[in-house]
Amino acid sequence: MSLAEPLPRGGAEPPSVDATAYVQLADDGGRRLHLLVEGVHCGGCVRRIERGLAELPGVEEARLNLTTRRLTVGWHGERRFAGEVVRKVEGLGYRVVPYEPSRLTADDTRSEKELLRCLAVAGFAAANVMLLSIAVWAGAGEESGSALRDMLHWFSALIALPAIAYAGRPFFRSALAALKARSANMDVPISLGVLLAAGMSLHETATGGPHAYFDSAVTLLFFLLVGRYLDRRARGRARSAAERLLALGAQAVTVLQDDGSQLLVPPEQVAPGATVLVAAGERIAVDGEVASGSSEIDSQLITGETLLQAAGPGARVFAGTTNVSAPLRLTVTATGEKTLLAEIVRLMECAEQRKARFVGLADRLSRIYAPVVHLAALGAFLGWALIGGLAWQQALLIAVAVLIVTCPCALGLAVPAVQVMASGRLMRRGILLKSATALERLAEVDTVVFDKTGTLTEGRPELRREAPPTGTGDEALSEAGALAANSRHPLARALVRALPDVPAAEGVVEVPGCGLERLTEAGPVRLGNRRWLGLDDEAAGDDAGEGPELWLCRPGRAPVRFAFEDRLRSDAAAVVAELQRRGLAVELLSGDRAPTVMAVAGRLGIAGAQAGLTPAGKVARLEALAAQGRKVLMVGDGLNDAPALAAASVSLSPSSAIDISQTAADAVFQGTRLDPVLEVLEVARRAEALVRQNFGLAILYNLFAVPLAVAGFVTPLIAAVAMSCSSLTVIGNALRLGLVRRRAAPDAAR
Amino acid sequence: MTVLVYLIPIALFLGLLGLGAFLWALRSGQYDDLDGAAQRILFDDEDDAPLEEPRREPPPKD
Repeated sequence: MSLAEPLPRGGAEPPSVDATAYVQLADDGGRRLHLLVEGVHCGGCVRRIERGLAELPGVEEARLNLTTRRLTVGWHGERRFAGEVVRKVEGLGYRVVPYEPSRLTADDTRSEKELLRCLAVAGFAAANVMLLSIAVWAGAGEESGSALRDMLHWFSALIALPAIAYAGRPFFRSALAALKARSANMDVPISLGVLLAAGMSLHETATGGPHAYFDSAVTLLFFLLVGRYLDRRARGRARSAAERLLALGAQAVTVLQDDGSQLLVPPEQVAPGATVLVAAGERIAVDGEVASGSSEIDSQLITGETLLQAAGPGARVFAGTTNVSAPLRLTVTATGEKTLLAEIVRLMECAEQRKARFVGLADRLSRIYAPVVHLAALGAFLGWALIGGLAWQQALLIAVAVLIVTCPCALGLAVPAVQVMASGRLMRRGILLKSATALERLAEVDTVVFDKTGTLTEGRPELRREAPPTGTGDEALSEAGALAANSRHPLARALVRALPDVPAAEGVVEVPGCGLERLTEAGPVRLGNRRWLGLDDEAAGDDAGEGPELWLCRPGRAPVRFAFEDRLRSDAAAVVAELQRRGLAVELLSGDRAPTVMAVAGRLGIAGAQAGLTPAGKVARLEALAAQGRKVLMVGDGLNDAPALAAASVSLSPSSAIDISQTAADAVFQGTRLDPVLEVLEVARRAEALVRQNFGLAILYNLFAVPLAVAGFVTPLIAAVAMSCSSLTVIGNALRLGLVRRRAAPDAAR
Repeated sequence: MTVLVYLIPIALFLGLLGLGAFLWALRSGQYDDLDGAAQRILFDDEDDAPLEEPRREPPPKD
């Protein structure tokens, strides 16, 4: 980026990550860089980034995949150019992380594509076999003897058998794996039904019989593959989101070497005793002691504490905290597995393991379903062969018809169809479902537990409006704003947010760890902390209250105090009230100090509030609730919440949360409002109802079809019609979830 | 009815043609970014076809 271009506030910063190592050599001799881009949510972002990169001289290709948020940039020339690319995208306001495409979800996309190919083949075969079958049903065979019918059957076999062999593989593989593990999943009856139908139809065709079920077999495969593909896509999306978060979390550390040079190293490779440089605004990735420098540390994500803590030489800092105001040199005391951060992650994994593995409704049903179906078919065979007095071939024909008719086509679609509708609806409201079973678990929630900082509150300081003492007027405020516009310190940014129109003052010097200074003719004008300005508590007088503050000192005038607070989310009170109205118990668990927590609980009308909790304390409380048989929804964002998020029966995290929490949570919501909590519970309830209805429909269908099949009345035509009808009913029922959206939430668009 | 001997293979051939086209589209990455594709038709300018005219000047060396 050349200096002539307009820069975002804060000036030309070096790129936050060193992407040079990730540059790859393409086949045509050019360079390729793959980046994950955070914060892309619409076509406009795609366009801005691609256009912005195209403006960089040398860039030949820039393509951003909106589904996976992956950006590919191609150029000819130096590897170092990667830095320019990263800086450009970051300059546009997006966070990026380089990655190696070969290491990320290659498996996943491959299996999704395989399903899609199978789906295409099955669809082709189903349409063409059906075309031929309709001729048979219409009586083509009766008119001109069975020669024509046999020919049509042979054509069907020609299409269906290769198609089944190809498109059935996902089911056959899974069924084989289940059988090897001596269990039965839904794929066992499916595979058995399809294979038996194909085999029997081939036999019928060869012997000139009328009962060829090729159409049923391929249509069945087609519908089942639709369900499987939808399911895979929803899960794949969730997984890629989680991976993206993890990748974003892995940040390189700047190690200062003995000869004074700097080296970027992954955190786990830093040895204790090494000296690490942490820039202002950077997240600290190791535990350590401050060797030199003096700054403020934001440990909100670790402890939930909103006040910044001063850190001078000798102070201990922890991985996961953020260095706010000035560069620090740290002597590393622990890295990787031994950091406080890793300790919390371990606690989280522990909680996750202790949590009983949730078995989805579909899985529970299929455990009963498979044996019942097989017994029914076996019973029909034995009954007709031994009691009914039929020849064993005919009895087998009936048994196979039972298997075909009961093939869990609608059951296989019942859950995925609803899930796709639900996650699509939630996605449009900025809520990302990460876990496949989250909807089912959300539907049975009866207790909601909130974290305070960053969840009920916005998690960033805002200027307290009533704070400036009367008499100082707006002129002090705008002067402070003009100074603050030159800094990236969170409090300064808060001042600027409060006064967006004030132009930045010139000639401002930032004194790291202290504040901002501008020399005027009358003397220095300073904006900064109390210690630096030499104000003791007495001078601060009655204003010395709670919370973070900034002081403005001007020559010859009384100092002015600006107080900041972490404001509640605008709709926090309404959401809590609505939850209570719906009969859910609401609790507040925070690591912050008691007065702050109780004040928030009081304002929101939350009776059960606990303050000063450690991460383990939160988990203990959640386990106590679980022991009472409560189903808890945990909403939290901090690192200290991560174990609790994993321990709760289901969890939700704002997208502003630390990466680990987002990974631990079952769903992530965007935006500054809290009402996604209501939305997600509402959609989950409705989805649950629809899933149950779908199962009901599928079972109802079986109640009618199985006796018919056992009685021997099912012909290929009846089987095909019944099966298609049940699948379409189930899909149609799932679509109702989408219909409600248009009526109930016209304001969903951002 | 002998006409069926021609018609059925023709119908199958046409169907296979469609299947082949789909598999080709899938292989060439046209199904990789369905969300993006839906948005891209709204972009006004059409010059963003990747790698059509590679500009070969080297990036600036700083």
